[in-house]
Amino acid sequence: MTTELIRLLAFLVGIIAFAALNAAYLVWVERKGAAHFQRRIGPKEVGPYGLLQPLADGAKLMSKQLLIPDGVDPILFKIAPLMVLVPAVMSFVTIPFGEHLAARNIDLGLLMVFAFASINVLGLLLGSWGSANKYAVIAAARVISQNIAYEIPMLLTAIALVMATNTMNLNEMVSLQGGGFWHWNLIKLTFTASPLTPIAFLIFFTTMLAETNRAPFDMAEAESELVAGSFTEYSGMGFGVFFMGEYANIVIGAALTTVLFLGGWQSPLPFLPNSVVWFLMKMYVIIFTVVWIRWTFPRTQFYALLNLSWKVLIPISLVNLIVTAGWLKVF
Amino acid sequence: MAYFNELYSGTKSLFIGMGITIKEFFKPVVTLQYPHESLTMTARFRGHIELVRDLESGGNKCIVCGMCQKACPSGCITGNGEKREGVKGKVLTEYTLDFTKCSLCGMCVESCKPAAIQFSKDYNLAGPSREAYIYDLLKRLEEQK
Repeated sequence: MTTELIRLLAFLVGIIAFAALNAAYLVWVERKGAAHFQRRIGPKEVGPYGLLQPLADGAKLMSKQLLIPDGVDPILFKIAPLMVLVPAVMSFVTIPFGEHLAARNIDLGLLMVFAFASINVLGLLLGSWGSANKYAVIAAARVISQNIAYEIPMLLTAIALVMATNTMNLNEMVSLQGGGFWHWNLIKLTFTASPLTPIAFLIFFTTMLAETNRAPFDMAEAESELVAGSFTEYSGMGFGVFFMGEYANIVIGAALTTVLFLGGWQSPLPFLPNSVVWFLMKMYVIIFTVVWIRWTFPRTQFYALLNLSWKVLIPISLVNLIVTAGWLKVF
Repeated sequence: MAYFNELYSGTKSLFIGMGITIKEFFKPVVTLQYPHESLTMTARFRGHIELVRDLESGGNKCIVCGMCQKACPSGCITGNGEKREGVKGKVLTEYTLDFTKCSLCGMCVESCKPAAIQFSKDYNLAGPSREAYIYDLLKRLEEQK
């Protein structure tokens, strides 16, 4: 009983620390990445290589006044940032960082992550609606339609994966990918389940970007058109929490991609030991790619965004689902 | 079929774009870290004027002829000199430039027979008051030693 409680507390503290640390330092990664893609240096004044910049940013955000404008819905306005951050942190519960390193090894882990992932959008919607700002409401409408459009292909590719691996338990899914990189779902399923798996990976990655509202799908923010979209009326730590939630969501998205397609904590070569290091390495490569994409592509037009989902991603992921089903039946 | 072609070329173009940006990522940075380092100005850059150091005497080369003062269309330059015992010609005692009025036309530099003034390479100028731009060039030359 007590060990269970200690375990629970340890994971709670660990997860929150991990999420907060990542949120803080991903901002640094983002700024450094952006700078180097544009051949600048980026933050360099605060601490060596600008490494203390996130602390300075945090101190600044916390010292700012938390302004609540007239006419906002006081409850929704205050709850919304938490509704973006908390589900993201909750999703960490079931992510298997290592073979025995997961807060809870839930059998329906994948379902749980997806369930919590959609609350994030609800938070954005409520925050935008509560702040009684026209830009925020437009952003909310966009986020919702984008999310509906992109949740479908994401779930369809995930279903195909679940059909092939026969499990929704994330740790088990990683266990099934052991023994070298050719056993990872990305490559393994190409032979055993569906030759479309690499394409499914691309679809999953694209929808992951859209789900986390990252450029080029950052319709929630769209600062050139909508001031700051959903975050227009937020100041100080209210905005800070939104921001942390966004980065926590990116970490979740990258972790999920790692678990589902890239073999989680499994080492890429059979003679190397499995460890949490592999998981983190893969995850950060994915996160770097996310940053890389943000600083490569301009924001898509909203219609193009919906067209991409309804005309391309959904049909292809449906085809992938059918091919997977057929493949499993025949072989 | 056109659908698949478009899909293929579209996806390909995305990867090409990412290839370009990752190449830029590993190239050296091109920005100058301004307050810590600054550019050396080119030979023909025109900053405000300064007195040229006379390498033989270590002082200035001015003969106090007053040509620059006359040549200046804006009247920025005030010069003064005096006769001293044992020194040939006049000695410069005052040389002030009111840079707030200077248009960097270069008439003074052109009119100077002994080539005692030249354009400086100072470009990062900022000051709290108008008076900060009235330069005592004689003092400046001494301070530069």
